[in-house]
Amino acid sequence: MKKITIDPITRLEGHGKIDIFVNDADEVENVYLEIPELRGFEKFCEGRPVEELPRIVPKICGVCPGVHHMASTKAVDMVFGVKPTETAKKLRQIFYQAHNIHSHIAHFYALAAPDFIVGVDADKSSRNILGVIAKVGVETGKKVIESRAKAQKIQAMLAGHQTHVVMGLPGGVSKKMTKEEREEAKRYAAELLEFAKFTNKIFEDVILKNKAYVDLILSDTYETNLYSMGLVDENNKMNMYDGKVRVVDTEGKEVYKFKEIEYLDYIAEHVEPWTYLKFPYLKKIGWKGFTDGKGTSLTLVAPLGRLNAADGLTTPLAQAEYERMYKTLGKKPVTKMLAQHWARVIELLYFAENLVELLNDDSILSDDIRNIPQEVKGEGIGIVEAQRGTLIHHYITDEKAMVKKANIIVATAFNYGAMTLTLKNAAKKLAKKEGKIDDKILNMIEMAFRAFDPCFGCATHSLPGTMPLIVKIKNKKGEVIDIIRRD
Amino acid sequence: MSENFEPRIVAFLCRWCSYTGADLAGTSRIKYPANVVPIKVMCSGRVDPTFVLKAFADGADGVLICGCHPGDCHYDIGNYNMQKRAPLISKLLKEMGIEEKRFRLEWVSASEGDRFAEVVKEITEEVRNLGPLNWKEIKEAVK
Amino acid sequence: MSAKLNLAIYWAGSCGGCDVSILDINERILDVAQNCDIKFWPIAMDFKLSDVEKYADNSIDVCLFNGCVRNSEQEHIAKLLRKKSKILVAFGSCAYLGGIPGMANFNKKQEILDRVYVEAQSVENSEKIFPQPHTKVAEGELEIPVFHDYVKSLKQIVDVDYFIPGCPPTTEIINTALNAIFSGKLPPKGTVIAGKKNLCEECPKEKTDEKKVKKFVRPYQVIFDEKKCLLEQGIICIGPATIGGCGARCISANIPCRGCFGPALDVSDIGAKMLSAVASVIDSNDPVEIEKIISEIPDMAGMFYRFTLPVSLLRRSK
Ligand code: SF4
Ligand code: SF4
Ligand code: SF4
Ligand code: FES
Repeated sequence: MKKITIDPITRLEGHGKIDIFVNDADEVENVYLEIPELRGFEKFCEGRPVEELPRIVPKICGVCPGVHHMASTKAVDMVFGVKPTETAKKLRQIFYQAHNIHSHIAHFYALAAPDFIVGVDADKSSRNILGVIAKVGVETGKKVIESRAKAQKIQAMLAGHQTHVVMGLPGGVSKKMTKEEREEAKRYAAELLEFAKFTNKIFEDVILKNKAYVDLILSDTYETNLYSMGLVDENNKMNMYDGKVRVVDTEGKEVYKFKEIEYLDYIAEHVEPWTYLKFPYLKKIGWKGFTDGKGTSLTLVAPLGRLNAADGLTTPLAQAEYERMYKTLGKKPVTKMLAQHWARVIELLYFAENLVELLNDDSILSDDIRNIPQEVKGEGIGIVEAQRGTLIHHYITDEKAMVKKANIIVATAFNYGAMTLTLKNAAKKLAKKEGKIDDKILNMIEMAFRAFDPCFGCATHSLPGTMPLIVKIKNKKGEVIDIIRRD
Repeated sequence: MSENFEPRIVAFLCRWCSYTGADLAGTSRIKYPANVVPIKVMCSGRVDPTFVLKAFADGADGVLICGCHPGDCHYDIGNYNMQKRAPLISKLLKEMGIEEKRFRLEWVSASEGDRFAEVVKEITEEVRNLGPLNWKEIKEAVK
Repeated sequence: MSAKLNLAIYWAGSCGGCDVSILDINERILDVAQNCDIKFWPIAMDFKLSDVEKYADNSIDVCLFNGCVRNSEQEHIAKLLRKKSKILVAFGSCAYLGGIPGMANFNKKQEILDRVYVEAQSVENSEKIFPQPHTKVAEGELEIPVFHDYVKSLKQIVDVDYFIPGCPPTTEIINTALNAIFSGKLPPKGTVIAGKKNLCEECPKEKTDEKKVKKFVRPYQVIFDEKKCLLEQGIICIGPATIGGCGARCISANIPCRGCFGPALDVSDIGAKMLSAVASVIDSNDPVEIEKIISEIPDMAGMFYRFTLPVSLLRRSK
């Protein structure tokens, strides 16, 4: 048995390591995606004033800090039994769509595009954003950078920082939007909408019009069939900020729809000794290990999971692209994991369209940005759709609103099972096809992984230390046959 | 607690009242424990909370600050300033896991040698009961 | 044109925000590309650790290191990059001060493990499985890093040449640092690249220096006066103990400072300095009333040492 290690997995947001076991017949036996790091937010949030959490938890992840800020702010609203004013809610959403736009642009151009635009065969020194710019031209490169900067500017305008934002207070936001800011934001939003259209066009021209890539997307190499999950509004249209969590099965049929306060009835987490990240799964089904298809209890989240779980999008251009994607790929839910990239550019379009709508609403200029809390209820749960999937923050406090318990389930974790499976399937099939494992295959395996846009910054929000040894010995079927403890 | 544990107590004494009071205790042969390391300061108000944290971090088991009685401070408000800082210091120490009894602010005038001895006796006994703080070792883990 | 600089960027116990802040210099990133050969940058490039191991010692001109150090892998890479780099920069609050993850030093390792892997409401783990440095699986053995007892800053592991504060650092500060690097006009070793005075000096809020606080409030409890100093309104703000340079970005959004830039030049411990600053605004000389006023300040340790616990005088809680 030979072990191949890819460490660190580059061009993803956070740390990770892939171990591939190859047997003497040169077949892939198994693949493990290990998350080597944890930081312990759940623990050190204890004892803090709960209203401080929205500015502590974003440091879970600097790539998508806004999502933690939002989930946390919503949880804190609930702790105080207070709702944001209408204006505050809209300002939060404006911020949030700008954040989503910036993140999707960064992922698509800096992290995913190198594989497609520069190509999987290219030398590693050019498989990066600079290589992408060299390929698409400096002008386009500048446009990418400028567009992302515009989205960042809208965030900074409303939230103090462009990265670690500080706007959310229970019952509202800390800062009004001025007339001038709104005009500026509107200008940016219009340009971002154009850029989102442009990105969809690039996707079409570079990827969809290239038969080799379409074949790659459609091949069974990158196929995984799981439950899909995401937030939806009352019409089952996708929503990022609010709504109920909807879960559809491998046939696309709705199986669950739940409110944030019910999450513990539906979601549980499993611990493996070889990784610091936990595996969430559907509780009512129970932990079934790393299997896909009918018997699975694992979920797919993030763009593709979200689109699979929803009945559509509320904005016209994005809705049209959404319909086109499902028509082209022939089936809903889509189980081809590289289609995540397509779903992501469609979402980008939706975010931009929605941002324009939100900024056209005159009520965002009102002074009424905060409801002052009058009581402490002592428990709050906030769920949002992070760019990388469903995100849950759950806090319990004492009567002074000091945190007693915090539980956080991050988006990337919901895709951890899906990633593990996709990697395994891809490695097995690729190795079989090519007969040997070389640098190119390794990159194609990583590619499987980047499709998920995993964010291990997020995933590693806990922080433990060494422990007495507990080893689970499993047989080929994955059943535990022995547990060795050394404690 | 270890029988032969002798607490190390750092005492910041204002030179105008308390230091003189401590001196008086000495010259009038009033008995008090030898656990105190006295540090002369111009005024209790000059004791920066940094000194207190540093004393603990460097191995003190207790810290005592003594100043003139309210109204008697040579610099008018030095001791009033300290009076506001002291409960804040206690509170922070407590949150860091350092027992409140290890830190104390007292007013001792130049003529109160006996009172100084009393205060030193009390804090020494209280800290002795709490046992060694050993913050140097605690700190070692994050050198 | 002079030879290109060899640049490495690494994240240890980091959120990635520091890497993003480098991308956030926007157009300037093309400058960086022109002036530098990037030798290692996991978020953006395909180089692996094994590539770095092969580099000659001191062959990297500048390494920007972000994130705190908590496990064996991070420590190993910190030492490796120190050896390979002429100039090692602690980039961002985590590397410089321990940062937000440094708050984990309020807890013991086992408490953290128990909370995350056993007690968390959503976890089902009756066998009490915890992650292990070595795990035997059917196909062989898997290794993940060993987690240390406490969080440390980069300087607590290796010698560091410069410090760039901020969570994350601002574009202006990154640009200042890049200008210094590209022009070769480097400040003395050990320099913290930030403002010279404390944050209050660059804060636009009106200060009166009068003692007037009869009651401390939490930011959610009141609609405060946007023009006036927050601390003087009874809202804890870490500005007095914090070095300037961020442009008072939180305060401009009506949110008090939490000190991500680290201590001002004359401050050795943010907590100690804040005790004095807070005391100085209290309007009372009556011990009983003072007690009552300060009892309204929750979690001073978590507020004062939000970003600096591992480098503070006490380093951790008991
Ligand atoms: S300093 Fe802040 S932005 Fe940088 S890695 Fe640490 S938490 Fe993230
Ligand atoms: S205390 Fe805070 S609000 Fe007041 S001047 Fe200083 S930085 Fe500004
Ligand atoms: S105001 Fe304080 S917390 Fe905010 S960015 Fe500046 S130094 Fe950091
Ligand atoms: S001079 Fe004694 S307390 Fe001020």
